[in-house]
Amino acid sequence: MIGIIGYGSYVPIYRIKVEEIARQWGDNAEAIKNGIKVYEKTVPGQDEDTITIAYMAAKYALVRAGIDPKEIGALYIGSESHPYAVKPSGTVVAEALGMVPDIHIADYEFACKAGSEAMFVAYTHVKAGHMKYAMGIGADTSQGAPGDALEYTAAAGGSAFIFGKGDKVIAEVVDTYSYTTDTADFWRRETRPYPKHGGRFTGDPAYFHHVLSAAKGIMEKNGLTAKDFRYAVFHMPNASFPMRAARRLGFTKEQYEVGLIVPYTGNFYSGASPTGLSASLDDAKPGDLILMVSFGSGAGSDAFIFRVTERINEVRDLVPKVWDQIRTPRKRYLTYGEYAKFREKILMNE
Amino acid sequence: MPIQRFYPHIPQRYRLEGTKCKKCGKVHFPPRQVCNSCGSKELEPYRLAEEGEIITYTVVYTPPDDFKTKKPYVVAIAKMDDGAKLTAQVTDCTPDEVEIGKRVRVVFRKINAEGKSGIIEYGYKFVLI
Repeated sequence: MIGIIGYGSYVPIYRIKVEEIARQWGDNAEAIKNGIKVYEKTVPGQDEDTITIAYMAAKYALVRAGIDPKEIGALYIGSESHPYAVKPSGTVVAEALGMVPDIHIADYEFACKAGSEAMFVAYTHVKAGHMKYAMGIGADTSQGAPGDALEYTAAAGGSAFIFGKGDKVIAEVVDTYSYTTDTADFWRRETRPYPKHGGRFTGDPAYFHHVLSAAKGIMEKNGLTAKDFRYAVFHMPNASFPMRAARRLGFTKEQYEVGLIVPYTGNFYSGASPTGLSASLDDAKPGDLILMVSFGSGAGSDAFIFRVTERINEVRDLVPKVWDQIRTPRKRYLTYGEYAKFREKILMNE
Repeated sequence: MPIQRFYPHIPQRYRLEGTKCKKCGKVHFPPRQVCNSCGSKELEPYRLAEEGEIITYTVVYTPPDDFKTKKPYVVAIAKMDDGAKLTAQVTDCTPDEVEIGKRVRVVFRKINAEGKSGIIEYGYKFVLI
């Protein structure tokens, strides 16, 4: 049996409400909330970035796995907000967690599905017998241009998954399937600080086409239907897209609501569907089937089917769970001015 | 800080690696070549406990230029659970939340960056438990 042997997520404590952003730009907050079904989003602290978020998620995953960090043969971090354009994020995380030097490291990019790519490659290394354990992480401190629709959802957070085989497995990988085309719905050119997008073009030809095709593809391949799954997690750039995708595939609210964190976190980009998976694992019982479908603009979707094992009951409560981090009483709401300072949107003298 | 100066300190800044005297058991942080308690040179690498208790702190209202957008912030000395004393910023809190005797946990955060194009320095900070 090959699958996840440890998982962990990290959610920063800072938040900004949709009302606060709308007030700044003269938008109608109620109309925005009704449209995207997102009410507040996370903001990284001034001393947080993709590397520190990936570190915390990985640390929690190691606690749940209960293994020596030096046994991990590969570390892959998927993100569209790596702090360096040239220099890997993974080396810092691996050094800080004591995984170096016998380890293969790479950073991945594929818009919002870089995290599931990292998971996919980590899993295939173990499946191929290249190494005992491998870790895949999806983490982001995503960018949204001031005043753009993305500013209401571009958030920060991430999740890490350690893949291995044998009796340590928490969730067996039943199958994987990827669906990819060249569809430019959202992009950021080199050296530009903010991404651009194709407005409504990001919907049907991009998100829905790829997510639905990947979900249908993996379910048909395995002779499964929506009714066979306890949980379904779809990439969540907002809440309305994954809810519509779920309904079109025949999933019910009970199946997607546990993994649908975006109304209270915003979009974690590369960490979005991985953190939805993490929230589902926090809630799962042995034997449950979980469908996870990521989406990355450009465009593609990675689909995974997991079957939860008995070991989930031993590891679930070892570190903070996703919804506990989202609802933490320590969360602190920022004004738009504080948010602009935190995200370094204010022009300062050198 | 130039990378040449930061690089040698990575084990202690990233992983809290100090030393422990094989003879008398004293824990040192930062790491030492000779035990300052018994004079022994037989020291082994030792990773500090990650939780402790604040024994004193100060609030910085007038920081150096690199930290001026973070003010006010708290810097505390904590007695870690293995007896070592560690100085670090207390992050994710306001100064009025910090008190002597409160428990802290070590986290991994950005410490500083050399402008927009230089190296980013990472290391340990405290958060309140």
